Amino acid sequence: MAYRSTIQGIVYTFPSLATLLAKASPLRSGDVLAGLAADTYMERVAAQMALADVPLKTFLAEAVIPYEKDEVTRLIMDGHDAAAFAPVSHLTAGGLRDWLLSAEASTTTIQAISPGITPEMAAAVSKLMRNQDLIAVAKKCSVVTKFRNTIGLGGRLSTRLQPNHPTDDPKGIAASMVDGLLYGSGDAVIGINPATDDPEAVATLLYMIDELRENYQIPTQSCVLSHVTTTIGLINQGVPVDLVFQSIGGTQKTNSSFGISLSLLQEAYQAALSLNRGTIGNNVMYFETGQGNALSANAHEGIDQQTCEARAYAVAKKFNPLLVNTVVGFIGPEYLFDGKQIIRAALEDHFCAKLLGLPMGVDICYTNHAEADQDDMDNLLTLLAVAGCTFIMGVPGADDIMLNYQSTSFHDALYARNILGLRPAPEFEQWLVRQGIMDGESNLLTVAPSHRLLKNV
Amino acid sequence: MDALKPVDGNFIQKDAWGRLRQFTNARIAVGKTGTAIPLAENLLFRADHARARDAVYTALDEEPMAAALQVLLPALPVLRLKSRAETRQEYLQRPDWGRQLCDASKQLAKDAAGSNRYDVAIMVADGLSAQAVQLHAPAVLAAFLPLLAGAGFSVAPLCIARQARVAISDEVGALLNSRLSIILIGERPGLSSPHSMGIYITYNPAIGNTDESRNCISNIHPLGGLAYQEAALQAFNLVKGAFALQLTGVHLKSHHVLGG
Repeated sequence: MAYRSTIQGIVYTFPSLATLLAKASPLRSGDVLAGLAADTYMERVAAQMALADVPLKTFLAEAVIPYEKDEVTRLIMDGHDAAAFAPVSHLTAGGLRDWLLSAEASTTTIQAISPGITPEMAAAVSKLMRNQDLIAVAKKCSVVTKFRNTIGLGGRLSTRLQPNHPTDDPKGIAASMVDGLLYGSGDAVIGINPATDDPEAVATLLYMIDELRENYQIPTQSCVLSHVTTTIGLINQGVPVDLVFQSIGGTQKTNSSFGISLSLLQEAYQAALSLNRGTIGNNVMYFETGQGNALSANAHEGIDQQTCEARAYAVAKKFNPLLVNTVVGFIGPEYLFDGKQIIRAALEDHFCAKLLGLPMGVDICYTNHAEADQDDMDNLLTLLAVAGCTFIMGVPGADDIMLNYQSTSFHDALYARNILGLRPAPEFEQWLVRQGIMDGESNLLTVAPSHRLLKNV
Repeated sequence: MDALKPVDGNFIQKDAWGRLRQFTNARIAVGKTGTAIPLAENLLFRADHARARDAVYTALDEEPMAAALQVLLPALPVLRLKSRAETRQEYLQRPDWGRQLCDASKQLAKDAAGSNRYDVAIMVADGLSAQAVQLHAPAVLAAFLPLLAGAGFSVAPLCIARQARVAISDEVGALLNSRLSIILIGERPGLSSPHSMGIYITYNPAIGNTDESRNCISNIHPLGGLAYQEAALQAFNLVKGAFALQLTGVHLKSHHVLGG
């Protein structure tokens, strides 16, 4: 089906919903690279005008990737909740944008319609929104998940402690871990990116974090971000796995390039659930996404990178994750060229995921060949903290010495919490107070060299 | 009214665990002022970032590189090639252009090869850090080329490739009628290793090959990375294994090579 809009007598035509979504996307290098971006500024606005008029029902009738060809499309279509959709089913994409911003759309009403919103609808609405709209609506959404603590409550900002080391040296990782804990980081997860996917090396790290967590009775969870097949193998061997990690994408082809499928994720999910290691909840999965991952695997199927990204959230949602984060600036300037594009993409990802009911965090980050620096990250951090972002990364000094990119530091999280009065997850906050790391007003305390966390390192 | 007192000199809070720095190069125990990282640490970070940025934007200096390569293989010309990406901006945004030779370079490579056939084509490419290859490529090749010669492998004219990505080695290797293609290329600069070099090896170079069909040796640099001699030896072992199995990529694992 073709879509049209007219500006000052000039008719703009878009042959399909996929084309319309791509042309309506705010400019980013990845869509240009894929040959999908609008050719002119005016064509982009014309696409946005046409997209605003598309009835939401059209998104159920016209799949951007055919149902027969793609299991993510099947997941989206088969999992659609018609009853939840009913209250907004008469709206257009533009109408949904206006409704979401209205006083009518409260936290509970948005939660109620969320299962009726498809990723493509969310992507469409986000393309029509300004940054402040993305922030305002995301702020209204509430997604709470639990394992050993409670993630996503109002007035909270959690952090993943990311103590990576280029050779997975346990002492080096432990040093960064202690540094992070003493800076109040690690309530979302203590999560290590291993330098190798070797099961023995991964197991060594899992045992090490588990021992530390047990010794100090830290109410948090651990994860070594290895491939899901590696993790399933470790679960079968009885290695202490809290969360199962996997990178995911929004097309079947992207996922198969990652060596995964929905059935493999289901197997991993069941395996993690069977361990029953969560003390207060059963959210056992941790997913990472990021705009451009489909295109970089040459698996984008002619779909723009932001719509692909939103479709990945349907995959995540199926497995009730504890945490999801977009690794927004990691992929490089051929997908998101500069600070402006990275900031926009992060706000879109956070909004779409929250609207679809996911506990969304953001790895606020950039590589050294992107046109970005720590100032851009400060801007994005502040915007996301205002938007109610679930968690951010905590990397010593913002410099990941294993992955060679820059993210957010332990100090950055303290800054965001301080200026906006945000606090860590409640169980973790109480632990920090008990350990003499933080006072009851979320101020960091001075730690003596005799502190028990420093004793055995 | 009394004169204002000088502020207390101890407003920067140091961390009590500075000794943990012996275990990692991560930026731990940096202390704080308020919730912020102290300025001195911030400036060190900026200097490291600036070094990495400069590495991305510094152009390959062709003259000294060509001279160095000429000495290593005096009998053949050194070919100076360029991708389809004209500028650094284009290079960063269009990886597809960085994988293709410009028309003039295609012709140059074709003419240089003529009807000659070679075992190995070797190119030195800027990638994301021209300084990396400027610093390391001649030394690694000085160790590597004698190993090839000793084993009887024929080597095509050495090439310099500007604004190039790894996959340009497919086109160059094919145009030079070579059975195997090797590219020494500047890696994405990190704050702690802005001048790190990688080597990618592809058997049967042809346009359209993907990364699964290559073998890679990464992190080559003298400051805690892989040393030149070791890199040359690993590359040589991969070349021998590639010719023995007639392939590169995931099926040519290091144990195939080392196991003989």
